[in-house]
Amino acid sequence: MLWCPDWPVVAAARDLGLSPLDPVAVFSANRVRACSSAARAAGIRRGLRRREAQARCADLVVVADDQGRDAREFEAVAVAVERVAVGVEVVRPGLLTLPVSGPASYFGGEDRAGERIVDAVAIDTGLECQVGVADGLFAAALAARRGTVVPVGESGSFLAPLPIAELARVTELTGVGSDGSWTALVDLLRRLGLRTVGDFAALPSDRVSSRFGAEATRVHRLARGQEERPPSPRRPPADLAIEEELDPPVDRVDTAAFVARTLAERLHLGLTAHGLACTRLAITAVTENGEELTRTWRCAEPLTVAGTADRVRWQLDGWLRAPPGERPTAGVRLLRLAPDETSPAGEFPRELWDVGGGSRQLDERAERALVRVRGMVGPDGVLAAVLGGGRGPAERVRLVPWGDPLEPRHDPGAPWPGRLPPPSPTVVPVPPTPAGLRAEGGEPVGVTGRYVLTGAPAVLVVEGEREREVVGWAGPWPVEQRWWSADGGREARLQLVTLAPAGNGAGSSNDQGAGEDQEAFLLVRSGGSWFVEGRYE
Amino acid sequence: MLVVAASVASLSAMDGVATASGMAVGAGPGAPRVLPVRTELAALLPWGGLRRGSTVAVRGSTALLLSLLAEATTAGSWAAVVGMPAVGVLAAAEAGVAVRRMPLVPDPGPDLPGVVGALLDGIELVVVAGFAGVGETRLRRLSARARQRSAVLLPVVGREPWPGADLELSCAEATWQGPGRGDGRLLERTVSVRARGRGAAARPRRVRLTLPAGSSTPEDAAGRNADVPGVSRVLAGSEDAELLLAGGGQWAGGQARVVGPGTGLTGV
Repeated sequence: MLWCPDWPVVAAARDLGLSPLDPVAVFSANRVRACSSAARAAGIRRGLRRREAQARCADLVVVADDQGRDAREFEAVAVAVERVAVGVEVVRPGLLTLPVSGPASYFGGEDRAGERIVDAVAIDTGLECQVGVADGLFAAALAARRGTVVPVGESGSFLAPLPIAELARVTELTGVGSDGSWTALVDLLRRLGLRTVGDFAALPSDRVSSRFGAEATRVHRLARGQEERPPSPRRPPADLAIEEELDPPVDRVDTAAFVARTLAERLHLGLTAHGLACTRLAITAVTENGEELTRTWRCAEPLTVAGTADRVRWQLDGWLRAPPGERPTAGVRLLRLAPDETSPAGEFPRELWDVGGGSRQLDERAERALVRVRGMVGPDGVLAAVLGGGRGPAERVRLVPWGDPLEPRHDPGAPWPGRLPPPSPTVVPVPPTPAGLRAEGGEPVGVTGRYVLTGAPAVLVVEGEREREVVGWAGPWPVEQRWWSADGGREARLQLVTLAPAGNGAGSSNDQGAGEDQEAFLLVRSGGSWFVEGRYE
Repeated sequence: MLVVAASVASLSAMDGVATASGMAVGAGPGAPRVLPVRTELAALLPWGGLRRGSTVAVRGSTALLLSLLAEATTAGSWAAVVGMPAVGVLAAAEAGVAVRRMPLVPDPGPDLPGVVGALLDGIELVVVAGFAGVGETRLRRLSARARQRSAVLLPVVGREPWPGADLELSCAEATWQGPGRGDGRLLERTVSVRARGRGAAARPRRVRLTLPAGSSTPEDAAGRNADVPGVSRVLAGSEDAELLLAGGGQWAGGQARVVGPGTGLTGV
């Protein structure tokens, strides 16, 4: 993670040709958004009104906020870092991230790699920057502010002693929670007497989710040093990338902005159709002379249409207004947006609310109730079921904690010869209940190596229950799977129909009169014993 | 009064505005009073569906319970299942339940009424099992909460009934079709479902149903179709020289394979 302090100011100073020693402040909505160190020495702080700032420092250079300028100037830094390391991704102007493992082994250590990167940026652009290394985007951003290297797995202990206000810092660094929700949360935590990040991290997570809600649960995970992104980002299907031939070629920024908006909308239409959200976006431009420029943007939060459009516009701006020599020699002919990394969109992608048969109001109410229940029974107490591939009824269902990514255990699209056809058992005991099966004469029924029953089943004894008389059976069906692994091997399945044991279902059978009641079971023979794998109740 | 009614109507017509009465019952102003169920089941229910605010106890069949959830969840309602750690999710999906909207709380812990109550606040269908040992007063209070929040509470009852259920569906006299003596496979069952309750449901109704609903096709009825996963046997003299015919299962369809007198194959 590489961080350039006061980037808006640095970008403005470069753009206007000012010295880094001049007092400069960038204003947004009449308030100071960022200021140079000289201005800071004169008593100027973030959030100050313009009048007051000018009163404190008479020769202050006042510059308007311009995100396009920030992004354009930052491109030079990205190029400089790319000269010494690969995998550069821009988080936002002023902050970029790259995997440290490659440069670290090449330069001999994370510290050395950091030095080389800082040197490269200083030589190429004459700018100062700081480098921090940590496990996740969040911890790395805070490490970069301090210029420290956090060893692998130590993010939690690095974060613990930091003051709680640092959580809100991350908002300005990465843009996460920029709607003010984090600031409000941090304020609340401070008033509750939690002074450090560690104090907050020490709270049990179910309590946090029931008291502060879903967003706070996320912050809580970050505070514990757990990576904020789901551990299994999905590789998106290739057809989600979109291309646009630009005719005539684009060489002006205002035209580029217009193109960026329409492209972003098309990209998001494709993503929502797949229920995905983009967290890393690769922007590629091909010029008329065949030059190909690519830059990857990484985002801590799923990109919105506006966020995507902004990044495309900034990037084109950066390329088209680069200093001569680095600027492409002709207009951009082709523009490609590829979602490099996607994650499942939140349970309810906005655009799909009314399409999937569900209603937004119902879904939101249900989600709120589930968050509350999760607080009562613990995060693993509320489960979601995912159907996948497999042969047995238990194997095909995976239960994951509510809110986790819904990944099936086995690929449902793969062929599963020997899979049981419907109907499936309505009750699937976990683990399967041991059972005994006897023939007419009382001898136990087994299955031979050729999958033949050794006798006609007559009596079923489920452990802990009364004997049942068998009236019909189907099978046995062989299951030979995964003989190469410990959980595989040879099994056989048998469906049984029995008479209900006398006295079962006390109240009802008396009222209902004489009809006989049948029950059905799915038995599996494994390791020389029978187990009830399912009941068709 | 007329003026008030008109202004309430205009309020509720506005997007995102819930009127006070709408908030009190926990449902949108335009929400239908009855959640849909399959046509076969509608005959059982005096309201032609699951009436919001009612408590419908189900006895003796998980399959019946799952088919009650099917229509409503496909239409966008949510159905939470509490205290059923072994519920067959695959069977639920086959019955037509939208599994995505079926959160499971397998072990609600000691505070079952608290968990069910919290779910009733936001989820329209709540299935609850394993409530033995919870006092009758607390169970009655849950029914009252369902009434107040316009949710449907579906207790799965065993020996003890649910106190104050509006309707109880009990399943009996199940007869299975499919398996013979080693051939065929489970296809469907016919059950006799009896509904009795209070108020509009006071007159008992009895219906014979096929579960899982709509599974029967003419080919299936014979009990032998190509979908059978395993092996049908033709005994050729001794057990060791039998002919294994693949029925679209372990071996590619149509192929036959003769297994010679085997050695080394142990029993399963």
